[in-house]
Amino acid sequence: MAEKEGKIKLLGCWASPFSRRVEMALKLKGIPYEYLEEALPNKSPLLLELNPIHKKVPVLVHNDKILPESHLILEYIDQTWSNNPILPQDPYEKAMARFWAKFIDEQILTVGFRSLVKAEKGREVAIEEAREKFAFLEKEVTGKDFFGGKTIGFVDMVAGSIIPFCLARLWEGMIIDVIPEDEFPELNRWIKNLKDIDCVRECIPHREKQIEHMMKVSERYKLA
Amino acid sequence: MADEVVLLDYWASPFGMRARIALREKGVKFEYREENLRDKSPLLLQMNPVHKKIPVLIHNGKPVCESMNVVQYIDEVWSNKNTILPSDPYQRAQARFWIDFIDTKVYEPADKIWFTTGEVQETAKKDFIEALKILEAELGDKPYFGGDNFGFVDIAMTGYYSWFQTFEKCANFSIEPECPTLMASAKRCFFLISLVSGQPLSQISPEEVQRPSSKDVKSLWPGFEAGWRTPQPRFHYHQATKPGSAKRCLQRKTVVDSVPGPDELFALAFKLRKEYGV
Repeated sequence: MAEKEGKIKLLGCWASPFSRRVEMALKLKGIPYEYLEEALPNKSPLLLELNPIHKKVPVLVHNDKILPESHLILEYIDQTWSNNPILPQDPYEKAMARFWAKFIDEQILTVGFRSLVKAEKGREVAIEEAREKFAFLEKEVTGKDFFGGKTIGFVDMVAGSIIPFCLARLWEGMIIDVIPEDEFPELNRWIKNLKDIDCVRECIPHREKQIEHMMKVSERYKLA
Repeated sequence: MADEVVLLDYWASPFGMRARIALREKGVKFEYREENLRDKSPLLLQMNPVHKKIPVLIHNGKPVCESMNVVQYIDEVWSNKNTILPSDPYQRAQARFWIDFIDTKVYEPADKIWFTTGEVQETAKKDFIEALKILEAELGDKPYFGGDNFGFVDIAMTGYYSWFQTFEKCANFSIEPECPTLMASAKRCFFLISLVSGQPLSQISPEEVQRPSSKDVKSLWPGFEAGWRTPQPRFHYHQATKPGSAKRCLQRKTVVDSVPGPDELFALAFKLRKEYGV
């Protein structure tokens, strides 16, 4: 298909889970791409030109098409390159995948990072509230190797770019365990499964570097 | 087996309106169930335990939540009629981009406009108009956001259009001088009678419908050329090629049947403001 031809460029950031999940998808599908690192928090003229409305990474450029927003990019990649599908074919399963992906990027990121860092009602309360949200994911992945079933999919890439690396390393830096194995056996099993997948493993940022980065980000967020 | 389609909804919700319009666009028979948001039904809590919000589409017993998820689902299941999303992957991505934009940059200030006062309300007004202007630039002089067809983004905006009058009254401002072409489109929705009742307007020839020429558009909005776009717009819909087609996106019978009148919405907003001492 002519649409598949042409260069892919990805403007991203090593520490951004939104950028990493796009790389997971490109690697899963075996799509070669040129990666351009954005030195956040400073925003380059290129980023501002490619994504003038939101000014955020990732931005994918495919021929003359420019796509911001990781969910849009993942769906575009999936529709353009049909090997190793990321989203289910069935409309209901697809709707569920989109639902959980949104839940993770909004609610999980809020309770796992924002509310926890600010901890306006105290850290213990914040952890408890986070666990209530994680319980939904625990239920969703129960009895499955991955959220996508036997193989990784959309929700695995969205959750997998955030929970095991970004959030887990923040929690390590804060010396807390938000999803202990005895309370969240399914999620912990899923994390282990995920780390065996090549395209995920290749997108894991360096552990110490990421812990240091997450602690800096959380300090900035606390003061904001 | 006949499909069983139930929509859990709330009459005034702009998100609920999207689901109603999409179902009617596709000619799907559905049972509408009104929810009391202060006393949510066990069914709603069972079908949407995560967010406990409407709309929820229940199709043969299986729930789909979140308004744009619902609209996409409807489009994919009942795919034989009135396509809502484009088939091209890039155009679909563009449509979804504008939905995300609407549901953050328009929704957040809109929610504050009718329910706050003072400085918070003033800032919200400013942010709201800024977001509408970006959308208006995107609409341009096309018949719909989606080009020639009433589509995904148009459906998303309809709910907000129904609330425009309420926003204006609560915050004492006027949207029209700021966004004349968007407002013209919204007015058509509620005050013009569709030319052919029940028939999708794409079947009406362009000559039957009045539209402002692009020259008029520029005179209505002097800033049209300058706008927010970079000299070579990069993320936009294809330009409409049919001459004479109008901004009729909200004039459709499916919309008129799905959306409450502006006065009813203002009455609700007024009542809630009084109740909460705003």
